Amino acid sequence: MLKVEDLRVYYRSLRGDVQALDGVSFSLADKEIMGLVGESGCGKSTLGKSLIRLDGRMRHVGGSAELDGETLPIADDARMNEFRFRKVSVIPQYAMSALNPTRRIGRMVRELVESRGIRFPTVRAELDRRLALVGLDQDVLERFPIELSGGMKQRMVMVISTLLNPSLLIADEVTSALDVSTQKAVATALAGFRDHDLVRSMIVITHDVSLVYQIADTIMVMYAGKLAEKAATDVIVSRPKHPYTQLLISALPEVGVRYDGKRLVGIPGSPPSLRPAPTGCRFRDRCPLAFDKCAEQPPFVEVEPGHSVACWKAS
Amino acid sequence: MLKLEGVSKTYKVGAFARQDLAAVRDVSFELRPGEVVSLIGESGSGKSTIGRMILRLTSTTSGTITFGGKDIATLRRGALRDYYREAQGVFQDPFSTYNPVFKADRVLTMIRQSYFPDVGDADWRTRVREALAAVSLNPDLVLDKYPHQLSGGQLQRLLIARALLLDIKLLVADEVISMLDASTRIDVLNLLADLKERGLAVLFITHDLSLGNYLADQTVILRRGSIVERGATAEVFGDPTHPYTRTLLSSVPRLGERWTDTELEHGPCRYHQLHPDGTDPAGPALAAVGDDHFVACFALGEDRKCGQP
Ligand SMILES: Nc1ncnc2c1ncn2[C@@H]1O[C@H](COP(=O)(O)OP(=O)(O)OP(=O)(O)O)[C@@H](O)[C@H]1O
Ligand SMILES: Nc1ncnc2c1ncn2[C@@H]1O[C@H](COP(=O)(O)OP(=O)(O)OP(=O)(O)O)[C@@H](O)[C@H]1O
Ligand code: SF4
Ligand SMILES: [Mg+2]
Ligand SMILES: [Mg+2]
Repeated sequence: MLKVEDLRVYYRSLRGDVQALDGVSFSLADKEIMGLVGESGCGKSTLGKSLIRLDGRMRHVGGSAELDGETLPIADDARMNEFRFRKVSVIPQYAMSALNPTRRIGRMVRELVESRGIRFPTVRAELDRRLALVGLDQDVLERFPIELSGGMKQRMVMVISTLLNPSLLIADEVTSALDVSTQKAVATALAGFRDHDLVRSMIVITHDVSLVYQIADTIMVMYAGKLAEKAATDVIVSRPKHPYTQLLISALPEVGVRYDGKRLVGIPGSPPSLRPAPTGCRFRDRCPLAFDKCAEQPPFVEVEPGHSVACWKAS
Repeated sequence: MLKLEGVSKTYKVGAFARQDLAAVRDVSFELRPGEVVSLIGESGSGKSTIGRMILRLTSTTSGTITFGGKDIATLRRGALRDYYREAQGVFQDPFSTYNPVFKADRVLTMIRQSYFPDVGDADWRTRVREALAAVSLNPDLVLDKYPHQLSGGQLQRLLIARALLLDIKLLVADEVISMLDASTRIDVLNLLADLKERGLAVLFITHDLSLGNYLADQTVILRRGSIVERGATAEVFGDPTHPYTRTLLSSVPRLGERWTDTELEHGPCRYHQLHPDGTDPAGPALAAVGDDHFVACFALGEDRKCGQP
């Protein structure tokens, strides 16, 4: 199980820090699949990356993360190495561009596995089984990344990342490049990985609430570097408490609408700059319910069992 | 305006490029000014390849693509540049379009260098701000940053803004909304709807059927490189005829409704009902099943013969 406590990770930049992840606390139970949603740029990928590898510009400012009782040495790249891939694994956003273009897929998998001190033949049969699980043919191993379509690469990366049965899998926008029938297959495969105990728990980052609705046990909503709300999937979808979640859910189109019939409306306004972040509730400028008290940052608190919200109007 | 006739693309793949991979097979459709055609299909069905061929980023193996009556394969230098002034694309994986060494907004500066060298600084800044506002980007958040400092959705919208700086007539939009959250997505779609009203033609490549419907006049369903169904969006969505189209529609994730398993049905094939002896060696074309609605043989692109499960 994963426990994240007041995690703060900023990006260094010439004109000051970008407060992309600013005091995030939540936990993830064994067997839990948590959907992580929120507007583009709200820090979803930053949260995912923080639990596996900080890139050169990311700075661990505070807080901690604990996986199965062990504290993750977030700021220590070398020590994190023992955890990566074996205990925490990530399928990065645009994983497909991360594949080395000069290597055949099969050779790349072999090198990766061997770099972890595991003999390739011992995982070969499992590899084939998992390729089948996501609907890929074995001959993709003979191909170069450029010869695969976006969706095929995405599924390939998914297989690679879960090969060593990590305890925590972070899947960052893994289905957004796929057609709906493949999406369904991949999302079902993800849930299957959990059901078969190949991974213990999972964070599925996506902008697609209807998709995580299909497989996630819980949904966590982020806004501008902070948590807005976390609850069981059905609760988020049917009775969200945070104004941002409410607007987000109601902005989802029904199948079949057309702009000349019913023009959809998004959420007016745009998220604040995070360099530095504004004080008070970060949703304040766009919130239809904002009042005086919102000049203070609302805490992320449990308002009913398993349902936490950061909003003065919700508690 | 844009017309594809019998377009195919075969890639050489595998060891020593000895295998042929038919990525696009005999695809024909048309795009008129102010029209949005959505191109829908499974991963690997050749959607991006079609988009890339239209923008001449990949050659065709056979068939022709004409823009305003001119075969685009014949365009050279000046004529090609003029073509790009009118036709632009925004591709699926925004990271690959940016050079990590340069600031992301260089993609905008390059447009200025190639097409608007005479525009003054102040005027240019205004144009950039307008284009960014149109895609809901805050200039302070995205200008003067390196690609890795921006999120996926921000990079993608920057590319749409780049296309807007040119007064284009054709936009190839390859999965431009797939990385965006619901609200930003609506902003981008409404922007495309407005541009369409002003005469822009859009090839809208997407897998999102709930939104494919929102803009598109015409829908083309692609499977394994071939068109299996196409026609007026209302007809294709209202009366999906090919089993693959039906599977797609039933896979659309909907809020409040969990996926159920659907059996993929097989035949009797509508194509062969209409063309009983349609065993053209050139492969089956499309049969009309409505005023503006065409479908291929159900076994097309499958590893089975028509009529067999
Ligand atoms: N290296 C960096 N330097 C400075 N700022 C950065 C850097 N990387 C990301 N950011 C900023 O941090 C914020 C969070 O980015 P992140 O990639 O986590 O967003 P996201 O929620 O994953 O968005 P998307 O849905 O578009 O992928 C954004 O505003 C982004 O511009
Ligand atoms: N440069 C290339 N060399 C060889 N094969 C390629 C190349 N580009 C694409 N392909 C192959 O052509 C087929 C079609 O690929 P394409 O990228 O057009 O699919 P797509 O429909 O855009 O898929 P996705 O939805 O996953 O992006 C795939 O089987 C892919 O492996
Ligand atoms: S704290 Fe205030 S501004 Fe923030 S979401 Fe709640 S009501 Fe709106
Ligand atoms: Mg992201
Ligand atoms: Mg593609």
